[in-house]
Amino acid sequence: MLNNNQLDGLVAVITGAGGEIGSATCRLIVARGAKVLGVDRNPASMAGLANELGESFRCIEADVTDEDSVRDYVRTAVDIFGRIDIFFNNAGIEGPVHPIGDYPLETFRKVVDVNLIGVFLGLKHVVPLMMAAGKGSVINTSSVAGLTGTAGICAYNATKHAVIGLTRSVAAEAAPRGVCINSVNPGPIASRMMSSLEDGLGGGNGPAVHDALKGMIPAGRYGTTEEVAALVAFLASEDARYINGAVMTVDGGFTVG
Amino acid sequence: MARLQGKTAIITGAAAGIGAATARAFAREGAALVLTDIDGAAVEAFASELSAAGVKAIGIAHDVRDEGQWQVVIDRTLASFGRPDILVNNAGIGPSKPLLETSLADFRPVTAINLDAVFLGCRFAVEAMQSTETSPRQSSASIINLSSILGLVGMATTAAYSANKGGVRLLTKTIALEAAAKKWDIRVNSVHPGFTWTPMVQESVKRIAGQTGGAAEDTRAGIAGLHPLGRMGEPHEIAAAILFLASDEASFMTGSEVTVDGGYTAI
Repeated sequence: MLNNNQLDGLVAVITGAGGEIGSATCRLIVARGAKVLGVDRNPASMAGLANELGESFRCIEADVTDEDSVRDYVRTAVDIFGRIDIFFNNAGIEGPVHPIGDYPLETFRKVVDVNLIGVFLGLKHVVPLMMAAGKGSVINTSSVAGLTGTAGICAYNATKHAVIGLTRSVAAEAAPRGVCINSVNPGPIASRMMSSLEDGLGGGNGPAVHDALKGMIPAGRYGTTEEVAALVAFLASEDARYINGAVMTVDGGFTVG
Repeated sequence: MARLQGKTAIITGAAAGIGAATARAFAREGAALVLTDIDGAAVEAFASELSAAGVKAIGIAHDVRDEGQWQVVIDRTLASFGRPDILVNNAGIGPSKPLLETSLADFRPVTAINLDAVFLGCRFAVEAMQSTETSPRQSSASIINLSSILGLVGMATTAAYSANKGGVRLLTKTIALEAAAKKWDIRVNSVHPGFTWTPMVQESVKRIAGQTGGAAEDTRAGIAGLHPLGRMGEPHEIAAAILFLASDEASFMTGSEVTVDGGYTAI
């Protein structure tokens, strides 16, 4: 029997909750009946959500690259809400745009730290709890940049590809215990992160890149954060319990041609 | 609000298995249903059952290989409920045979149902679904083509099935791109189920058990064990993904391949 997308009584942890995709997903998941612990390194970015969503939303400042910090947000979720049913492992950064010969090692390491190590640490500390409970749904944020390459963003491309590998590996391990791990791979989404990438790729002329990118999306437009949230919320629901290890594009056809 | 309120859906192969589960899910979400199946009596009885429960539904005997019958399905849809919003190209068959025992006469009928008919369905539906200047769509139309995990990866002794399911994957992407370029406001996606406990798979389990001389239960358990989740899918679990793609929640998804396979293709 279908559960009609509802998330009543479930508990979700969402990293990067103060970002635009994270915020939209917090709103939708709360609207469908779950309690949410928002995680972000910038607590001010979640203040609006906390006001708006009331008792169903709590938040915590945490650095996803720091293992103690990760232990802390996991423990906090369990202390407040009793368990974790849904984990949106979403925090990420785009990094700057540089030619390969000029890409600073420290910058590359920083992107790896957030986009790969941060996702790994989240899985390391959340998935065992779900396996012990015999159920749970994890959604890792990859990207169309995890499926194709774009000149100048080697660190972002490499780490978003890596998220797919992590997703499949941990899905293979956790599936026998009833835990589902999938990735969402958004195409260009109207957001601060895309504006930053457009500026970097355009050498300051972001709007020109925006128009060019828009022309490369078969749907003829950028996606919205709500359209990504809708896919995440579906994957979080009981209705998606046979979807595991999947790479789910929500990209207006960007990677299709 | 129901997720498909006000929408009209055509589902092929609707009398049993994934098609029937999809019909029930769509009915609950407020869609008007045009249900078709090669077994006309069964699909008409199913449509009557849904109608008796207050669902707008008609059942039509339909050989998906036949262009003339597709025209009838579209005409009856337009007459009963108006412009279609959703097509689920679900009808299919699931044979398996060793290569050296597979004749061209074995191969071609699989292509006719599992690939040619999906092309026909897309062709007829796209024509009927298009957004026009005089009659723009309120929200995008959605075509969902049933491919398979065997449209993504190979499996010995499934030459005809896998070749055609692979064809459905790229047929889907090509039509998605063309529909987007023409601004028809039609999204086209493929769904790739793992082995799902339907009459088609139940038949396959019996056949394979017969060929290998093993017990049907051992064959079933062996196939289930190929999926990391350790079990086969249930028809309603595939229907849930089809429903998501049919709904406006998937408004930025076109050309996507949605695997619903318990992890089969992740390992």
